Amino acid sequence: MADRGKKGRRIAKKEAVAMLRKADLLELGQAADDLRSRLHPEGIVTFVVDRNINYTNVCINRCAFCAFWRREDASDAYILEEAELFRKIDETIALGGTQILIQGGLHPRLGIDYYVRLLSSIKGRYDINIHGFSPPEICYIADTSDITIRETLAILKNAGLDSVPGGGAEILSDRVREIVSPRKIRSSRWLRVMEEAHGLGMRTTATMMFGSIETPEDIVEHLDAVRELQDSTGGFTAFIPWSFQPGNTELGKGGRGSGTGGRTKKAGPRPPGPESPYGATAVEYLRVLALSRIYLDNIQNVQASWVTQGLKLAQVALRFGANDFGSTMIEENVVASTGVSYRVSMEDIINSIRAAGFAPCQRDTVYRIIRRY
Amino acid sequence: MLARIRNKVLNGRRLSADDALRLFESSDIFSIGSLAAYANGKKNGKKAFFVRNRHINPTNICINRCKFCAFSRSPGQEGAYELTVDEIIAKLRPYCGGKGRLPGITEAHIVGGLHPEWDFGRYLGIISAIRRHFPGLHIKAFTAVEIDHFSRISGLGLEGTLKALKKAGLGTMPGGGAEIFASGVRAELCPEKISGARWIEVMEAAHGVGIRTNATMLYGHIESHEDRVDHLMRLREMQDRTGGFQAFIPLAYHPKNTRIQGGYTSGIDDLRTIAVSRLVLDNFDHIKAYWIMLGEKISQLSLCFGADDIDGTIIEEKITRSAGGLTAGHLTADQLAHLIRKAGKTPVERDSFYRKVRVYG
Repeated sequence: MADRGKKGRRIAKKEAVAMLRKADLLELGQAADDLRSRLHPEGIVTFVVDRNINYTNVCINRCAFCAFWRREDASDAYILEEAELFRKIDETIALGGTQILIQGGLHPRLGIDYYVRLLSSIKGRYDINIHGFSPPEICYIADTSDITIRETLAILKNAGLDSVPGGGAEILSDRVREIVSPRKIRSSRWLRVMEEAHGLGMRTTATMMFGSIETPEDIVEHLDAVRELQDSTGGFTAFIPWSFQPGNTELGKGGRGSGTGGRTKKAGPRPPGPESPYGATAVEYLRVLALSRIYLDNIQNVQASWVTQGLKLAQVALRFGANDFGSTMIEENVVASTGVSYRVSMEDIINSIRAAGFAPCQRDTVYRIIRRY
Repeated sequence: MLARIRNKVLNGRRLSADDALRLFESSDIFSIGSLAAYANGKKNGKKAFFVRNRHINPTNICINRCKFCAFSRSPGQEGAYELTVDEIIAKLRPYCGGKGRLPGITEAHIVGGLHPEWDFGRYLGIISAIRRHFPGLHIKAFTAVEIDHFSRISGLGLEGTLKALKKAGLGTMPGGGAEIFASGVRAELCPEKISGARWIEVMEAAHGVGIRTNATMLYGHIESHEDRVDHLMRLREMQDRTGGFQAFIPLAYHPKNTRIQGGYTSGIDDLRTIAVSRLVLDNFDHIKAYWIMLGEKISQLSLCFGADDIDGTIIEEKITRSAGGLTAGHLTADQLAHLIRKAGKTPVERDSFYRKVRVYG
């Protein structure tokens, strides 16, 4: 396996499925680590200083794996006030932040004008990179405003949107999406948004949420779709796999994405729950991470997810294919709503990278080094 | 560079202190991990163990005030507590077929502070009361540090103390209090605590009266790699003499609320330490990746790096918690079995002597 990696021959889908199912964890790790050190021979591990700002938690998608969404009439439903938004950005800049990640639910009352105002009000005041609106949001804005995806992206870009986060990809298999997120956009539309964004010169990331009900074939299907698009556009900066966190979610309780139950109504009869109500274990996380590094030979960066895995496993992940520690996450709400909360300081992140044997460096959105520690 | 070590392991030859040091200093975690996994496979096959246990800490009042400890209190200090025998029995009862019955346990794990006012009878009374109320429950209790203390307050000497405890119902002993044997480190970390040599003396006495024990090493604070190697070598020598150790448990230092500067150990160091322990301690049957201290994620991964045991259900944990432990207080038997299964191993629930209680399919 390691030899295959060294020769740089591309891994086929069938091989990838076999590796995910059967390969020895340490062999898989070694192959991914070899590839990582070839792509990043300097021995540095990067991170970005940013904050996740969620402008609303109202979402019509109500995915079964998510604990963040609320109905519009829920007592804790919100739309962020402008003053609060600016306060958050001020804090981010004070902490050396270079980027804000703006994402939110699909709120039925917010049209493109809201987003344009939001972006231009930020750009009017701050010199900060806006990484915002994952493909489900872009599509929803396009649909509710009756314009194309490309037009939507062009308008948002013009108003100040710099890059697009890769969220909402979940697993790019419609079989799985039908069960865990039936109202969320299909795989083809997620890919389409990314293709259009890349076409407009915007860089994006790609994510994958695994550990729910998918099979190894679904995971490889996902990796393959991302690799194929990257071959044609080259617009993905990084790949970020993370694992489903079952706490407070419908899926975690054994239900599936009917979305009609949510947390307010009594649940009716449900189809059988996912195979594992515990989510992916550490071993499964590292297997998927390592395979991602091996399979995605055309994506430069792979992120470790300390937010979902904790700092210790994130450190280990740096030897299983990851070369980036993601964001310092001055604020994070979506994973935290599942009850998983690994809050850490920037110092913790720097120390963790160093203790894992790498030189920590702050980067910007497109992976240029800003500061070495 | 590890070729010579690899050869030794594959041929079943013992590693030297130099080899051990080289392993601690190597960044080739994949080679070290797979060698350790090989060494473990020869001893335990695909089996990985857990136990249904409950921890009880009778008191946190302690005359030793070790700098790395966030659990201990002085008498009268805020947060100081002492449990009565009745309270201890009440904590165990729901897990031993009592009223409000919960999933059962097979082992009580009891360690606590060296209380300045408790006499030996009080400690002995805890053991005999548990034995009386729950005759089927295995009692694993008291570190070498506590035994040394008892031997002094009882005037019975080491052997007399151990025999009295055994007669009262003590079955096995945990391996705590070993910390790092090297005297320089010990003087810095825990000057009041018994020396490394005394720890070994107590354990030899325990093995001598037929009490099997574990052994531990607290790492990731101020010790050097040489200190770790020294620690492992001393344990291996003693095990050659007595054969009384069941499991070795490397304990990752936790920094919160202690008086030692420093951070958490890295996940990579944790895995390497597990693996090196497995390779060096060739006369120990079991290497335990204690999930309370490593976290369930690193603990599970350890099963691919040479460990064969992840401890148990625990139910209530105070010592690691006090120092910033990040795990939940307990895991169910099903959760433990799930972690083991997903590491590609066969989950075996064990008793306190590593005999099979139940294999989880």
